[in-house]
Amino acid sequence: MPRIVRTQYEYEGRMREQITVVEEDDLPRWGREAKLAVVGRPHPRVDGHLRVTGAARYTADVYLPGMLYCKIVRSPHARARVLSIDASRALALPGVRLVLTPDDFPEGGPVPPPLSRDVRFQGEEVAAVVAEDEETASDAAALVEVEYEVLPPLLSWEKALESSEPVATARGNVHEGDPQVKERGDPERGFAEADLVLEETYTTQTELHNALEPHGAVAWWDGDRLHVWESTQSVSGVRRSLAKAYGLPEEDVRVVCEFMGGGFGAKFGPYRYTHLAVFAARRLGRPVRLVLDRHEENLATGNRPATVQTLKIGAKRDGTLTALELTAVSLWGAGGQGGTVAGPAQVQYACPNLRTTEYGVYVNAGPASAFRAPGYPEGSFALESALDELAHRLGLDPIEVRRKNFPKERPDGRPWSQNSFLEAYEVGARAFGWDRRGPAPDPREIARRREAGELAVVRGLGMAAGMWGSAGWPPAYAWVQVHADGTATVTSGTQDIGTGTKTALALVAAEELGLPVAAVHMRLGDTDMAPFGTGSGGSGTTSSMAPAVRAAAADARRQLAELLAGYFEVRPEEIRIREGRVHLAEGARPSVAVPAGGVALAELLRDVGPINVVGKGGRAPTPGDRAAASVAVHFCEAAVDLETGTVRVERYLAVHESGRVINPLTMTSQIQGGILFGLGYALFEERRLDPRHGWVLNANLESYKVATHRDVPRIETILLDRPDDHLNNAAVKGIGEPPVIPVAAAVANAVFHATGLRFRDLPITPAKVLAALREVARR
Amino acid sequence: MAVGTAERTARPRKVPVTLLVNGEAREVWIEPRRTLLDALRVDLGLTGTKKGCDHGNCGACTVLVDGVPVYSCLELAIAREGQAIETIEGLSRGGGLHPLQKAFVEHDAFQCGYCTPGQIMAAKALIDRNPRPTPEEVRAALVGHLCRCGAYAGIVEAVVAAGLALSGDGGEGRPDA
Repeated sequence: MPRIVRTQYEYEGRMREQITVVEEDDLPRWGREAKLAVVGRPHPRVDGHLRVTGAARYTADVYLPGMLYCKIVRSPHARARVLSIDASRALALPGVRLVLTPDDFPEGGPVPPPLSRDVRFQGEEVAAVVAEDEETASDAAALVEVEYEVLPPLLSWEKALESSEPVATARGNVHEGDPQVKERGDPERGFAEADLVLEETYTTQTELHNALEPHGAVAWWDGDRLHVWESTQSVSGVRRSLAKAYGLPEEDVRVVCEFMGGGFGAKFGPYRYTHLAVFAARRLGRPVRLVLDRHEENLATGNRPATVQTLKIGAKRDGTLTALELTAVSLWGAGGQGGTVAGPAQVQYACPNLRTTEYGVYVNAGPASAFRAPGYPEGSFALESALDELAHRLGLDPIEVRRKNFPKERPDGRPWSQNSFLEAYEVGARAFGWDRRGPAPDPREIARRREAGELAVVRGLGMAAGMWGSAGWPPAYAWVQVHADGTATVTSGTQDIGTGTKTALALVAAEELGLPVAAVHMRLGDTDMAPFGTGSGGSGTTSSMAPAVRAAAADARRQLAELLAGYFEVRPEEIRIREGRVHLAEGARPSVAVPAGGVALAELLRDVGPINVVGKGGRAPTPGDRAAASVAVHFCEAAVDLETGTVRVERYLAVHESGRVINPLTMTSQIQGGILFGLGYALFEERRLDPRHGWVLNANLESYKVATHRDVPRIETILLDRPDDHLNNAAVKGIGEPPVIPVAAAVANAVFHATGLRFRDLPITPAKVLAALREVARR
Repeated sequence: MAVGTAERTARPRKVPVTLLVNGEAREVWIEPRRTLLDALRVDLGLTGTKKGCDHGNCGACTVLVDGVPVYSCLELAIAREGQAIETIEGLSRGGGLHPLQKAFVEHDAFQCGYCTPGQIMAAKALIDRNPRPTPEEVRAALVGHLCRCGAYAGIVEAVVAAGLALSGDGGEGRPDA
């Protein structure tokens, strides 16, 4: 029976509460003892053939008959006031249909104005043109004459904290005016009790998502109904927002994203471009397409904000932490929102005394957004580097220090549903050969031998750990329809953004239905005729959706069993379906004989004609009495070239526990991809901003460096398959974000072990390595 | 999107161009500035070839011209008239997957799949001339093809495996890195 509950869950390091409808299920959980036939075995992607043949249609591939093209006019200035807009030359160009300006969008309306008069970052939207083709739209955008009053941008966080003049947003320069402070125990006493107190400042850079498919939308008004193709991580979320903005019933809004070229946190929406396309499509009565280009992607579609973190750690001689204090400033750009940088410090270790102070600071730069584990790679870089420093100063093994401070419960007092850190440390250390790791060298000795020409490359080993709460949440619903040809269709208003959701859910449905995976069709990424599905964020797609799909499949299986029981004149409990074949329980006395190998379901139903078996399922709430932890323990071997300063990661080992493994093939891909994101963050990705004008200097994929084929180390992954059956019926947690979290610290710790030099500023570029070597040589 | 944002009151005249795509002659009427990428996607409806950057940085738009991989976003369509253009859609004609496509699926050589057509076309050019590349040769040939999901390891495995399958080698004597 569906019922309304108030439920709490952790989302990207923050607790959320909501009232929602859940459907309880009484399924036996897929705990450690469950024997599963399909789930847990590697399976290639069920939509793989579409992705390798070019048949998969992404949002950027949607071209509709009669479609128009929209192009945004963006401010070249980081801070300015629009004085006037002259569209006459643009409108005179043949093929131009419309020019939109801020006047078209009154303040205070239900639609958030997608064009600005007050420009607060370079690339902010000030006007838009709509034309018959993309080239004409682009020409016309260049002909829109915007007169600006250029103002000096606010770019430094120090000045943002000092200034009371609201510059970077109308609300002020600090998020909510004050820092977020969290405290437990008595930090001052904790530091007084410590044998060693370390205090260091760590800085991290702004990272850009650069999903290969740009952001974009195609909008079409079909009478009263609105159709929007959007490259989004949440078709159901976009539908809800659009319905609200345009005063439509949700049923009159259809949002489609069948294939998605990567999002990484920056593609929820609807965004300003979506509203421009929807608005123009209504005004002109034709479909309108607005797909951003790579330059726009790098200016205005979100980022992982830069941070400045001062971390103070107190510890006993044996490594036991006595106090932690973190002050973090996160540069959220103009009105953006970043993640919880203090998350790792708050929950990863059992430290009785803690104070974290987080400032979200607004400056005149591109707004921050969610980015694959928002806040955690930033916070983990500081925390996990500091623990390494602490271990070194105390003469202890870095793993020993982590074991010593293993949190038996989440610091808010809730016990873990399970926490596999200790096992992961042990398994990882053994597989990596951690015991061969000797002490770090004296950096002066490295510098001396380098100058003497005796040393060209040095190598070191490092490790770091990370955790993430990702147990999933309601609401998440699915329908499972069984057809007379023995196949089934899973339908939900969720989406596969490239992570393998369709495949994982197909395995879950096949397992529960007793059908081969090939007999399961997946219909995701289209809100029409689909129940609400979760957004793909917080590593929560599988952990939210798999339990719902399983419940829906079980419902369909029960209906099917009743149908077949009537045919055989047995009880429904006596019907067994395995690999698409119907068997009867031992002792059943059917009116129609069943051969030893069973009967194919398709064969049985062939002559029956259409059937109407539709199961529905919803996700039960995640129990609030236990805390969830997906854990990651990473090991890195890095080589540092002392001539060029280049850091090369040569070998990498990742141990992960995320509950039950559904598809080890795609899960391994997720981990590998996460590690590459982390390596880019550690070594070369950085948005460079002109310090005076606030211009992005590398808004392209040539000078903004992402990992290439040449940057891939040997990566080994160890999946600890440990069903976490307290959390949901499929005993699963998330894996999308955990592999990114510890990477930068693991690399920095390996570089320290190679050189004796500690890098507290990301990315660790050759220039920084060479400068550090030169400096130590002078000492 | 194509080059050129100069002010003009008249649209540049469209010209007829015959493109030889996947073995078929197709006539399109396009502005001279239209890129090969846009001609394929917009005028011919061949959206398997992807636009990632439009600057020759990401490799998602790679097609083969007379067997040579090119970034189609950096080519003008009119300049390739009459040359043999092969796109991802041409690889699996007749229904069956090309060994490269099969290997990409088996080795999970992609996540979102947006870069995949470009990776596969570049890989095809490689194994057409060197059916048994080493992993290092694969990396060298594909280094201009970005995969933001980070499926590189699977891509290299898949290309090596497809080369072996095409040259009739069941996996014996698989070259090492």
